[in-house]
Amino acid sequence: MNVSRRWLEDFLRRPVPLDELVERLALLGAPVDAVEPLHAGLAELRVAVVEEVRAHPNADRLSICRVDDGSGTPRHVVCGAPNVAAGGKYPFAPVGATLPGGLVLEKRKIRGEVSEGMLCSARELGLGEDHEGILALATEAPAGTPLLEVLTIDDDRLEVDVSPNRPDLLGHKGLARELAAGYRVPFRLPVIPDVATSGSGVATPERLGESGSVGGVRVAIEDAWGCPRFLAAVIRGVTIGSSPTWLRRRLEAVGVRPINNVVDATNYVMLELNQPMHAYDIARLRGPAVVARAARLGETLTTLDGVERTLTGEMLAIADAEGVIGVAGVMGGETTEVGPETVDVFLECAFFDPPSIRRTRRTLGLVTEASYRFERGVDRWGGADALRRAVTIILATAGGRLEDGPIDLWPRPSSPPRIFLRPSRVAQVLGVDLDWRSLETYLVAIGATVVSKPEDGRIAVDVPGWRPDLVEEIDLVEEIARLHGYDAFPSELRPYRPGSLPDAPSEIAETHVRDGLSSQGLFEAQTLPMGPPSPGAVPLKNPLSAEEAHLRTALLPGLLRRVEANWAAGTRDVRLFEIGTVFLLAEAGAPPLEERRVAGVITGARDPAHWTASAKVQDVDRWDLRGLFDAAIALAIPGAAVQVEESGWVARAEEGSRTVGWARSLTADGPPWAAPLFGFELVIDPSARGVPAFQPLPATPAAERDLALVLPAEVTALAVAGAIREAGGETLEALEVVDEYRGLGGPDGRRSVAFRLRFRAEGRTLRDAEVEASVQRVLRSLQSRLGVERRSAEGAGT
Amino acid sequence: MSETSPQDILDALAPRLARIPALDADALEAEHVAVLGRKHGQLTGLLKALSSLPPAERRTVGAAANALRGAFEAAIAERRSTLARSEAQARAGEVDLTMPGRRRWVGASHPVTRVVDEIVGIFHRLGFVRAVGPEAETDWYNFGALNFPADHPAMDMHDTLYLDVGERRGQRGERRRGRASFVEEDAERRRTSNDRRRAPQSAVLLRTHTSPVQIRTLLAHRPPIRVIIPGTVYRKDPFDPSHAPVFSQIELLAVDQGISFVDLKGTLLHFAHELFSERTRVRFRPSYFPFTEPSAEMDVSCLLCGGVGCSACKGTGWMEILGCGMVHPSVLRECGVDPETYTGFAVGMGPHRIAMLRYGIPDIRLLFDGDMRFLAHCAGGGR
Repeated sequence: MNVSRRWLEDFLRRPVPLDELVERLALLGAPVDAVEPLHAGLAELRVAVVEEVRAHPNADRLSICRVDDGSGTPRHVVCGAPNVAAGGKYPFAPVGATLPGGLVLEKRKIRGEVSEGMLCSARELGLGEDHEGILALATEAPAGTPLLEVLTIDDDRLEVDVSPNRPDLLGHKGLARELAAGYRVPFRLPVIPDVATSGSGVATPERLGESGSVGGVRVAIEDAWGCPRFLAAVIRGVTIGSSPTWLRRRLEAVGVRPINNVVDATNYVMLELNQPMHAYDIARLRGPAVVARAARLGETLTTLDGVERTLTGEMLAIADAEGVIGVAGVMGGETTEVGPETVDVFLECAFFDPPSIRRTRRTLGLVTEASYRFERGVDRWGGADALRRAVTIILATAGGRLEDGPIDLWPRPSSPPRIFLRPSRVAQVLGVDLDWRSLETYLVAIGATVVSKPEDGRIAVDVPGWRPDLVEEIDLVEEIARLHGYDAFPSELRPYRPGSLPDAPSEIAETHVRDGLSSQGLFEAQTLPMGPPSPGAVPLKNPLSAEEAHLRTALLPGLLRRVEANWAAGTRDVRLFEIGTVFLLAEAGAPPLEERRVAGVITGARDPAHWTASAKVQDVDRWDLRGLFDAAIALAIPGAAVQVEESGWVARAEEGSRTVGWARSLTADGPPWAAPLFGFELVIDPSARGVPAFQPLPATPAAERDLALVLPAEVTALAVAGAIREAGGETLEALEVVDEYRGLGGPDGRRSVAFRLRFRAEGRTLRDAEVEASVQRVLRSLQSRLGVERRSAEGAGT
Repeated sequence: MSETSPQDILDALAPRLARIPALDADALEAEHVAVLGRKHGQLTGLLKALSSLPPAERRTVGAAANALRGAFEAAIAERRSTLARSEAQARAGEVDLTMPGRRRWVGASHPVTRVVDEIVGIFHRLGFVRAVGPEAETDWYNFGALNFPADHPAMDMHDTLYLDVGERRGQRGERRRGRASFVEEDAERRRTSNDRRRAPQSAVLLRTHTSPVQIRTLLAHRPPIRVIIPGTVYRKDPFDPSHAPVFSQIELLAVDQGISFVDLKGTLLHFAHELFSERTRVRFRPSYFPFTEPSAEMDVSCLLCGGVGCSACKGTGWMEILGCGMVHPSVLRECGVDPETYTGFAVGMGPHRIAMLRYGIPDIRLLFDGDMRFLAHCAGGGR
């Protein structure tokens, strides 16, 4: 909402410095987003007295003026205005000053005569279109007074961020009321120039039911849900023209383009009282009639912006006797617009159902100053005053006469709600006891009518009509807090009662995973959870772009794109992980299934380069991935088993019935120098992690044996390890692969794999013979079950 | 310099003696010249000037200066021989200990995660525990239960991304403890609004704030409740330097008997002092959120200029850091908590913004790029 500082000052009858205004509005809940100074460019101009006027020797239409600009040195100024007169006071731009158009004044000769500055017209000052002559100043101020002290036209346009619950602040009166409450001063409507009374001279509108007639125009409400109240007035014999300067200046100060004296008056009232209005040319009304009714499907209308719009049955229309002439509360139609030819004007001042206006403007994709206000809610009880004020201004600026008194169609009249406020509730919520008197003062300041009922322990509050946000007691508690000043409440950190809730186990698990992978040398990344379609992906109804129209079903694709971005930036060593949510379609109509997962990618050097490796560090390979995968499983979903599948691994949980992750080499769009890329993805088990049970440290020595075994082509290390464990007996404590050799010769695919076995017995030292017996048992079992032999070229690993 | 007393010179030289064993070869020779040099050495000069002092002072100063000269000579000789030994060792080809050491890859959590962890830690110490909830929600959890009026401009504050999950068969929205849901409230309005609109389906959306977890927590637990809810939220906002369609939010909810606006302010002031500094000032401004009342925004004194006004705070001296308020009675009622007995406060803040302020990050997109250089830099180390 654009706000004029001067307009507010007119309400408060006192100057309000800009900084103070910005601060106060922020603390009242209407922060200022931006400030634009208006006419600040006139700061260099001065009031000047023309002491003498003589004809220019070389030009008929020019004169030479001797000017007192307060500097003590008389200036000679060449002037082309016909109205310049000796003794008059005019705006003077001295040499060096910059005019609003950007012109910098210089001392120069005009037709041979030196001119030291310029006497300015209204248009040259950016104050209007009047270029007939220079602007005569009616002022007592002496020569040299800054022009802006005489013409208080400098203003500040404030862009105020009004929250959607406060429609009253969309009018200057509402903001003035808030400021007046803060300053503890009264406020009054600004006086309309050339009018003795501010609207009170116009009769109170006559209260009617669903239909009536005013000035020969039939008026009716046919949809009382969409349009509960409709006020109207008819003014005949207006002279359409441009508005007086004061009115144009008000509108321009808030960025509204002046159109003509009638339309400007309705806009003025909207910006002042937050009541949008519409003026119709009666000559164009068929009937003549104005009816608020539901639109009919397919009805069309060309709105004021020249666009033909098709209405639906959900919308509220304003119609004349034959068809639609406006979309109620949004925009009027072209055909009934008030224009230069208009003589008789019909004024509409209505209350429309806010949700209905909201749906209509959404369907039409058309937001206007009117729809913005109606959907937030105008003052249902304030229409009469707004209509009278508009009539007053039109009569003053466009002439004409009011035909009949205005009428007020209000089929189901109501009163603003009454709310009861308990001071005890105020204390409970705000934590501070405020006395009844303060409570009453604050409520009165926002325009409420209060009646204290100490015997009930409560205050009856009739809330003002312009505050549709005040519907229950807590709303009044907020008003009390706001007007008391949030900063006036103490800030105390009082002890809390102990809570009994535990931390969410999933959060603890994820922290564990995050810390673990960081210590593996990976950086955490966050990527966009939306991407291209994939099987089972949930589509977005209103995506930001076609490439981001589906929710992710896996984390790795997003990380892969980040690897490519790193490559594009010339980074070869990339180690990233992400913890995030994936989404899978569930049953129709239900929210998708969500799963928290972790994924990681590694590519490039296994370790940072070091001179001991002659600057050649090996790149990560599949075994780095496998190690990382095992570590990640231990962090994310302990107990899951790894199985070989195709060219990678999968993790399975719940006895292998559920796949919970995979790890494999990945292909991506990389530069020639990029190293092989590997990645994994795992479900994070959200449940609490168990604590490992204590195991006594062994007190007896272990015996180790290395077995170099020859494995036939089809036998895997996993199978061999299984067979060794089975045959090793209970003294076999641990088993690991320590070497692989593939240059054996003989049948294809044979290889040698060396295992290291560690034996230990509880409570006693193993004898060599026992260990040897176990080894022989293992070898026999391997031979018979898998065809695995001990490699003969080497001695026994003892 | 002429006013410098002999005692001042001696006092200034004493600490320099202690630093000699740490000097390298060049610095050692320079120090020798500066202190003991034949022409301009400070100690030499002092000893030369002894004769001009009164006799009593000459004796004390002379003794001290001579002792210091002996100490300097001994320390410098000792350091010279140590340096010579290590140089000889290196020349002999044993080990050059000046060669760089072997490093390991180090990783780190995301800068936003670190901010989240820090904030969670502050509230953890006040007894707030972490809670979580789904990122895809129904409009009842995201809006209806949080007192958003249907078809109200308040909805415009949340540009929502909706999901296409198909039509639910038969079922009409969700029912919670026999209370009207968002959908049913709509249906109620529909009946009273001349049947203008079709009954809306219960919409599924990406949550626009972490506040739905307030509802889930209040439905699942009895007060006293104190939870902190970190999570990912979504808005239909295209990427630009200060907006992202996806970002983190941290929500706080405290509900118990006797919790008031004073507790809200006290808790958040404590938070600001913990997260920023003890000197940080805060101010509370009225604001509007449908699910809190009174509602407020908290500003902190500008982290860059300290409150005098700069470009980062647009000259105001203040930076908006979070939104908060007293839990609206409708929200408590909707969750079956008696608002006459229990009161509470809720807070929402954006760790992305706080991370950007803290690390001086100019563009939010950097936080989503996964650039190794950026992540390593934010972790405080080179790679």
